[in-house]
Amino acid sequence: MCRLFALASREPVSPIVALNALNVMKEGHDGSGVGLFLHDLGGPFADMKDAPILSGIFTDEGLKRLDEFMHQLGFSPKYSLALTPQTAPPLGTPSRGTYLARAYDTPKNWATMTQEERELLLLSSRLELRYSGEEHQDMRVFSFWPDTIMLKEVGDPMAIAEYLGLDRPELAAGRILAQGRQNTNYAINLYACHPFFIQGVCTMTNGENTAFVPIREYLESRNITGYMGYQSDSEVFAHIAHYVTKKLGLGIEYYKHVITPLSEQELESHRDRERLLRIKQLCRKLIIDGPNCVIGCLQDKTMFMVQDRKKLRPGIVGGKPGIFAFASEVCGVNAAVPDRDQSQDFQPMYLDTAIVRPDCQEITICNQLDLLPRLH
Amino acid sequence: MQSARPITPSTLSVTDLPWQIDWDKDACTLCGRCTTVCPVNAIELGVFRKRQLATAPSLVEKTETKFSVFYGIRQRTDPAYRCVGCGMCNMVCPNNAIKPVSKPEAITHRFHMNRGGQPRTRGGRRNTNESLLDQLKFIRISMLTDPALDAGRHEFELRTLLGRVQSPEQGLTAITENGWAPPVREIYPLVIGSMSFGALSPNMWEGLIMGVTYLNEELNMPVRFCTGEGGCPPRLLRSRFIKYVILQIASGYFGWDEIIRSIPEMVEDPCAVEIKYGQGAKPGDGGLLMWYKVNKLIAAIRGVPEGVSLPSPPTHQTKYSIEEAVAKMIQSMYMAWGFRVPVYPKISASSTSMAVLNNLTRNPYAAALAIDGEDGGTGAAYNVSMDHMGHPIASNLRDCYLNLVKTGSQNELPLIAGGGIGKNGNLAANAAALIMLGASMVQSGKYMMQAAAGCLGTEGDRCNICNIGMCPKGITSQDPRLYRRLDPEKVAERLVDVYLGFDMEMRKTLAPLGRSTTLPIGMSDALGIADKDAAERLQIKYVV
Repeated sequence: MCRLFALASREPVSPIVALNALNVMKEGHDGSGVGLFLHDLGGPFADMKDAPILSGIFTDEGLKRLDEFMHQLGFSPKYSLALTPQTAPPLGTPSRGTYLARAYDTPKNWATMTQEERELLLLSSRLELRYSGEEHQDMRVFSFWPDTIMLKEVGDPMAIAEYLGLDRPELAAGRILAQGRQNTNYAINLYACHPFFIQGVCTMTNGENTAFVPIREYLESRNITGYMGYQSDSEVFAHIAHYVTKKLGLGIEYYKHVITPLSEQELESHRDRERLLRIKQLCRKLIIDGPNCVIGCLQDKTMFMVQDRKKLRPGIVGGKPGIFAFASEVCGVNAAVPDRDQSQDFQPMYLDTAIVRPDCQEITICNQLDLLPRLH
Repeated sequence: MQSARPITPSTLSVTDLPWQIDWDKDACTLCGRCTTVCPVNAIELGVFRKRQLATAPSLVEKTETKFSVFYGIRQRTDPAYRCVGCGMCNMVCPNNAIKPVSKPEAITHRFHMNRGGQPRTRGGRRNTNESLLDQLKFIRISMLTDPALDAGRHEFELRTLLGRVQSPEQGLTAITENGWAPPVREIYPLVIGSMSFGALSPNMWEGLIMGVTYLNEELNMPVRFCTGEGGCPPRLLRSRFIKYVILQIASGYFGWDEIIRSIPEMVEDPCAVEIKYGQGAKPGDGGLLMWYKVNKLIAAIRGVPEGVSLPSPPTHQTKYSIEEAVAKMIQSMYMAWGFRVPVYPKISASSTSMAVLNNLTRNPYAAALAIDGEDGGTGAAYNVSMDHMGHPIASNLRDCYLNLVKTGSQNELPLIAGGGIGKNGNLAANAAALIMLGASMVQSGKYMMQAAAGCLGTEGDRCNICNIGMCPKGITSQDPRLYRRLDPEKVAERLVDVYLGFDMEMRKTLAPLGRSTTLPIGMSDALGIADKDAAERLQIKYVV
C-alpha cells in the first residue's frame, strides 16, 4: 500500500520534511519510487510567482530540443534550477540526465490572452513536450505551471533525495505532496507515479480504483485537452478534481458528492436532496470504486483529503495554525508537526472531506450530509 | 378391422417424433389423469389385443393360442398431435408410470409441420443451448491492494438510471437556471421484460404485479415490470402501483384507448413508456395474439372484438422511418404525461441498431434504447423467425456502447439489454456480463416465467405451446380451467425469491471485483473469454 504525505504551510518548508515523514511510515510501503509536487515556492522562485515553471527530466539532447521548442513558442528562460547529479544513482534508479525546473518569461501576446487561453497554452505546451519526449526518449515533463515544481523518479525516496540534493533551499514550498512508491496495478512508467497534475490541480491516491476503465473512457470522451495518460488508475482522481472544480465550476465541497455520492436513504433527508440527486445522476460515470484515500491541492492552494465510500484506507490530518500535515499514518504527521495539539487531529471517515483553506488557519470538515454552498 | 394402416406421406411412427411416451403398463393404474391433462392430446386411451400361448401341462391337451385385451396409453403419431414433452402426464401420474423421453435425432416430423401450407408457429425460444454470455468469465479479481468486499456485509448500490441523463454541463445549467430536465428514474437493473396481458394469464399478471409491489414496498428494491403490448387493467392504471409499471405501445396500439382515457384519473405516473419497434425472438415480425386467447376480458382491455386473432403489424403504419418515430412518437408520448415520463424505443438487435442509436443520441428526449437479442422469448411466432432471424445481443450491445463512448454520451442514453439472459439458468452472471459490456440494465421475461411460475419450456423444444392458449401451467392461457392451476400468491412469492437470489448473486459477483459504489456499467476490463475471436470482437481479454 502506498503511503502519502502532504503539507500545507504558510512558510515554505523543505521537501525533506515531507520525505522524512514518508520515511517514518516506510514500514507500510516499499520505497520503490518518489513523486513530489511543490507549490507556493520559496527561495528564488518566490519572486516570480506568475512565471510558468517547467519541470521534468532531460537528456542533453532533450535540453537542446526543449530550448528550441520553447523558443518557438515565445517562452524565454528566466531562471533555472538544474539538478545534475554527479554521483552514481542509487541501486535501481536509472541515470537519466538533468532534473530541471525552469521558470520562463511569457510570450509577448500573453497580456492579450484570457486566463483560459493562457492555461490552455501551458497545458498544450507540456503535452507536446511530453509526446515529443516519449517519441525520442529524451524528455519527461511533469508540469508547466506558475509557482509549481514536480519531480518523479524510481527508487527509495531518501536515497533519491540525497542523490538529487533535494534539501536545496530553492525547493522549499508552502504546499507539498509526496508519495513513496512506484505504481503496481499497471505497467511501471514514470508518468504513472503519483501525484498527478493538470492545470494547477494535483492529487495523489492511496488505493485502487476498480472503476478505472469506465471512468477513463468517460474522461477521454469529454474532449478536454490533457485528459490523457492514464498509466495509473489513480490519475483519474486528479482529472475528476479538475473537471469538477475548473470545468463545472463547483467547489471542493462537491468533489466527494461526485466521486462517492450519498445513498438513496441518505439523500432522502438531505436539505440539498434535489440538487445532489441530479449531480449524482449527471456525474454517474465519475463515481469511483474500491479502497481509496485521495489527497489533493487545488489551484488556489486549498488542500483536501477524502476517503472512498467505505473508508477502506487510512488517512489523518493534523497540525496547528500555519502548518497542517496530511498523512496515511499518524506517525507521518508526528514527524512533520510534532508540536501540535493531537486531540485536534482528524481522520476523515466515509462522508468527510477534510479541507485546509489557503490561509492555513484550520482544518474544515465538510460532511456530505451538510448543507452545501449555493450554485451560481 | 382394417387390414393395414393407411400409409400416406405424413404417416409417421412413434420413432419419428421428438418426444416419445414411455409408459409402464405394470405401474399404470389406468386412472386416466395423463390423457386428461395432456395439452395437445398426444396420448389417448389405447385398447390393445394381446396373444398368449397357453402351453399344455400334459401331452393329452394341446397348446392353445388365446387372445386377451388390455387397456393403456397410446401415443398419437399424427404430427399435429405430437407430444411436446411438457411432462404434465408424469406430473399428475400417481405411480410415475408415464413420462416423455426426448429423442433429439428424430427430425422426420419437421418435414410435415406445414399442413395446409401453414408453416409451424409456436411460442417459446430459439431452441439452442449455446450462449456466449455463459462463456464470459469475470477475471479482474482485486487481489493486490484490496481488502476484498464482503457481499453479505457491505453496502452495494445496485441501482441504475432509466431516462435521458444530460451531460454534466447541461445538467448544471438546468439546475442553476431552473430549466427543464428530462425525467430520470432510479430503478433496479433487472427489469421484468414485456409480456402482455393476453399473452399471460390474469393469474400470472396478478402474481407478477403482487411480487413487484412487495419488492418495492417491503424490500426497497425498485423493480419494474413492462406490460408488453396489450394494455393494462383499468384498476391498475388508476392505482398508485402504476409507478412500478412500464407501459408498452407497439404497432397494434392495443389497450391504448383505455390508457389514454385513464390519464386524467391517474394518481401516479407510470415508470416509463416503451415503444416497441422490434422483438429479439422474431425481429421484423409483429406481435400476435392468437384468437384462442382473445376472450371477453382480453378483448375488453385491448378494446377489440372477442375471438379474433390480434396481429400487431410488423411496421408502425403511421411512420416512414425511425427518424420519424423518434421525432413524433417519443415526443407525443412525452406530451401525454406532461414531459414527466421517460419514453424509449425497444428494437430487435440487428446490424442496423447503430443507426437507430445515432438517431436517438441526437434527440434530447429519447430516454434509453432497449435492444432485444435473438435469444429472447415470445408467445407466438413462426418457427423460422424464432430459429433463424436475429442478432446475438452481446456484440450488438457492445458496438452500441462503444459508439456512445466515442461520442461521449455513455451516461446520457442508457442501453437496456435483453434476449437470452439466464437462458441456461445463469441469470445474475449473464446480467453482470451484459452490464460490464455496457448495458445500464437488463430485461428478462422468459426467466421470470420459468423461475416464478414454473414454465416448462426449455431450449430443447419442450412445450413451447404458449401460442395456442393451452399452457399446462396456466401461465399463458386464458382458459380459467388452466390458469386456475396457477396461484398468484405463489407466483409473487417465487418472484421475490428470484430477485433476492439474483441480488445476492450480483453482490457475490461484484464484491470480488471491488465494485460496490456503483453499477459497473462498461467495466470491460473485468471480462475475459477463452475464445480469441469473441474477445477481439467484444474488446475484452482473451484468457485461456
